[in-house]
Amino acid sequence: MLSRVANSLYWMSRYIERAENIARIVDVNLPLLLDLRDLNEKRLAAHWLPIVQTTGDEELFFALHKKATAKNVTEFLVFQMENPNSIVSSICQARENARMVRDQITIELWEELNRLYWFVRTNTARQVWKESPSEYFQQIKAGSLHIIGLTDATLIHNEGWWFAQAGKFLERADKTSRILDLRYQTLPEKGAPKSVNQEDVLEWSAILRSCSAWDAYKSINGAEVNPVLVAEFLLFNEEFPRSVEFCVSELNRALRRISGVAEGKFINAAEKLAGRLVAELQFTTIDEIFDQGLHQYLDVLQLKINNIGAELFNAYIFQQFNNLEDEIMVQQEEQQQQSVKAE
Amino acid sequence: MTSALKSKPASAMLAGYNPELFFDEMVSADGEIRPHYAKFAELFQATTKESFDSKRQAVDLAFMRQGVTFNVYGDSAGTEKIFPFDLLPRIIPNKEWEMLERGLAQRITALNLFLHDIYHEQKILKDGVIPPQYVLSGKHFRREFVNFNVPKDIYIHICGTDLIRDDKGNYLVLEDNGRCPSGVSYVLENRRALKRTFPEMFETIGVRPVENYPQELLRTLQYIAPAGVAYPRVVLLTPGAYNSAYFEHTYLARQMGIEIVEGRDLVVRNARVFMRTTKGLQPVHVIYRRLDDDFLDPTVFRRDSMLGVPGLVNAYRSGNVSLANSIGTGIADDKVMYYFVPRMIKYYLDQDPIIPNVDTYLASEEADKKYILENLEKLVVKAANESGGYGMLIGPKATKAEIAEFRKKVEAEPRNYIAQPTISLSRHPTHVNDGLFEGRHIDLRPFVLYGEKIVTVPGGLTRVALRQGSLVVNSSQGGGSKDTWVLYGDE
Repeated sequence: MLSRVANSLYWMSRYIERAENIARIVDVNLPLLLDLRDLNEKRLAAHWLPIVQTTGDEELFFALHKKATAKNVTEFLVFQMENPNSIVSSICQARENARMVRDQITIELWEELNRLYWFVRTNTARQVWKESPSEYFQQIKAGSLHIIGLTDATLIHNEGWWFAQAGKFLERADKTSRILDLRYQTLPEKGAPKSVNQEDVLEWSAILRSCSAWDAYKSINGAEVNPVLVAEFLLFNEEFPRSVEFCVSELNRALRRISGVAEGKFINAAEKLAGRLVAELQFTTIDEIFDQGLHQYLDVLQLKINNIGAELFNAYIFQQFNNLEDEIMVQQEEQQQQSVKAE
Repeated sequence: MTSALKSKPASAMLAGYNPELFFDEMVSADGEIRPHYAKFAELFQATTKESFDSKRQAVDLAFMRQGVTFNVYGDSAGTEKIFPFDLLPRIIPNKEWEMLERGLAQRITALNLFLHDIYHEQKILKDGVIPPQYVLSGKHFRREFVNFNVPKDIYIHICGTDLIRDDKGNYLVLEDNGRCPSGVSYVLENRRALKRTFPEMFETIGVRPVENYPQELLRTLQYIAPAGVAYPRVVLLTPGAYNSAYFEHTYLARQMGIEIVEGRDLVVRNARVFMRTTKGLQPVHVIYRRLDDDFLDPTVFRRDSMLGVPGLVNAYRSGNVSLANSIGTGIADDKVMYYFVPRMIKYYLDQDPIIPNVDTYLASEEADKKYILENLEKLVVKAANESGGYGMLIGPKATKAEIAEFRKKVEAEPRNYIAQPTISLSRHPTHVNDGLFEGRHIDLRPFVLYGEKIVTVPGGLTRVALRQGSLVVNSSQGGGSKDTWVLYGDE
């Protein structure tokens, strides 16, 4: 498989996953304000700023907007093309990557991605948004899930498909860890919180909902919502398909399907890091994490996840390209040798 | 005298249709439906304005959803449009098609013999049939390839010849496209769309299929693989996703089941071409390149080309990789060479052209130049090396300033211009709006493949100038397209 093709399939599914996650985050946090009392500007900012921070684009946000208000943050995360990670940008980039490999994907997948693209690119989308933001997010989420389903059900599960899987699970692991980090400012720097008030319950419930984890969490933990249980669930649940451990395990599996190397061994740094992170997640307890501080742990976790992505790129996608001038020289050298041989 | 449609079995929508003073493909001058359209007209009468509208919208929506689009140059990146599609098919009876098929085969054979000749002995020049300076001064004549033997001696493997019909209905060749002709994907997609729109018609009318084009193309490409390669790997080289024909590139690659590559996916080592894959470098044997000569290899042609592959030409010269079309075919596309094609046919094949040329004047011939400059407002003037409807003056429709501009250009660079009389292209009933049909000018681009044998897909791309009175059918200039039906019979 062409490296460029593998790269495009990887990014196509990463961007779709990204769009869906952002849709969930904003969708859940918008109505949440209805339940919170005493909203002043400062409290509003305290609510919206961490949401911008989860995407890692705080600097860009303040270059484009003065204050973290609901309007500015949603505009930034949903529509703004200047933000390369907004929902609309993500869908455009997913489609652009799909276009590069149009010959490798099925007509069903392409048509749905194309439909979603035209939906966010036309005024219909703004209209839907104006009438009901929740309906808008519903469309984005449904589109993304439809695409994920089509990827699963219509594409050949060959090497390229595993690259798409790797992209999806890497992005999902990263986003789950970032969503979990949304309310770190309400937590003590180290150790578990002593008490949990009504507002905390609302906010940590929102975290679960942002990960589509509400029902799954309830079925395991019952009605009680507190930061420790939520973090444990989103980090370590082996069966919930958006938990960090689940996603990293799947990522690890995809890497091994690409190379054919068995569990417990590795031939490139991506496999080494992924295998190591799976083991770490399996053998870490939630108490240890709160002892060192959840935020600090998540920071390092995100770095590790991203390093796997970088090493995957080095192993399969990035092959030493000469720049044009050097390549021309290589050709001249080679061709000169040939004519010497011919003499 | 012309008159509005008389025949009874016509759809209410076609009732007021008037072919006016043009040659109309469907309706004769006295208002009768031509025999090869009779069955279609009979079936079409069941179509009401409402059902036609909904069929039309369904097709447009399907094209948009499938991304059957072309990119518009000079517009901000990523602007895509669907190539407007008219639901009324252009129909060609079998006996006409047989003549065209023979004419096209004759032409591609002569062009390939010509290219072989001018890159080897140059007999046609020495015998004075074509003045040597015209070939040797050609912008696309690649002197580096003189005495180079291309695989199987085939230069043009894929040709998209543009045909038109004049006011008497005679078929004429307008130009030969022997570099990277595009449009065949629309032939295939238009057929798919029309089969969904009028499924019942295909059963009764008897339309020859076009669907085997990708197979024939792949066969042609495999035929020219370097000797000794048992399982040649064929790839399609595209300029990239922003190229106006990118949809077509991915479409053909997918239909043929081959990889689509960009220049940066390929690398040349020891005069062999490889592609960069997740499992390392893999050899490549045949390249269907949709990239002009100039961009192919920055070590040989344009040094600033970012689209090409350094060393590709050396690999090609070493016989380790084959290219379709070959390097150097652009000289046959030169509109000055076009003038000489009838002479080539006579010289190499000792035949008369089956499909004649349009009368052509060469600005570099003194007498012709005088005639051109005196009659600019009547003529169509074309630059010798442009395509896509660019660099063209249509005298009768031009402003005084445009004519003055072309006068200067022709005087300054006569070698670079030819002129032809303005041909009144044939017209075809075309939906204009709200269930109303009017005549619009059309042309035809059949696609000819030259491999082990010569294969022409029955039909081709019928382009239609959608603007009233316009003679320009190019997609970049407001043209649309139609499905082209070649019948098994004549009625």
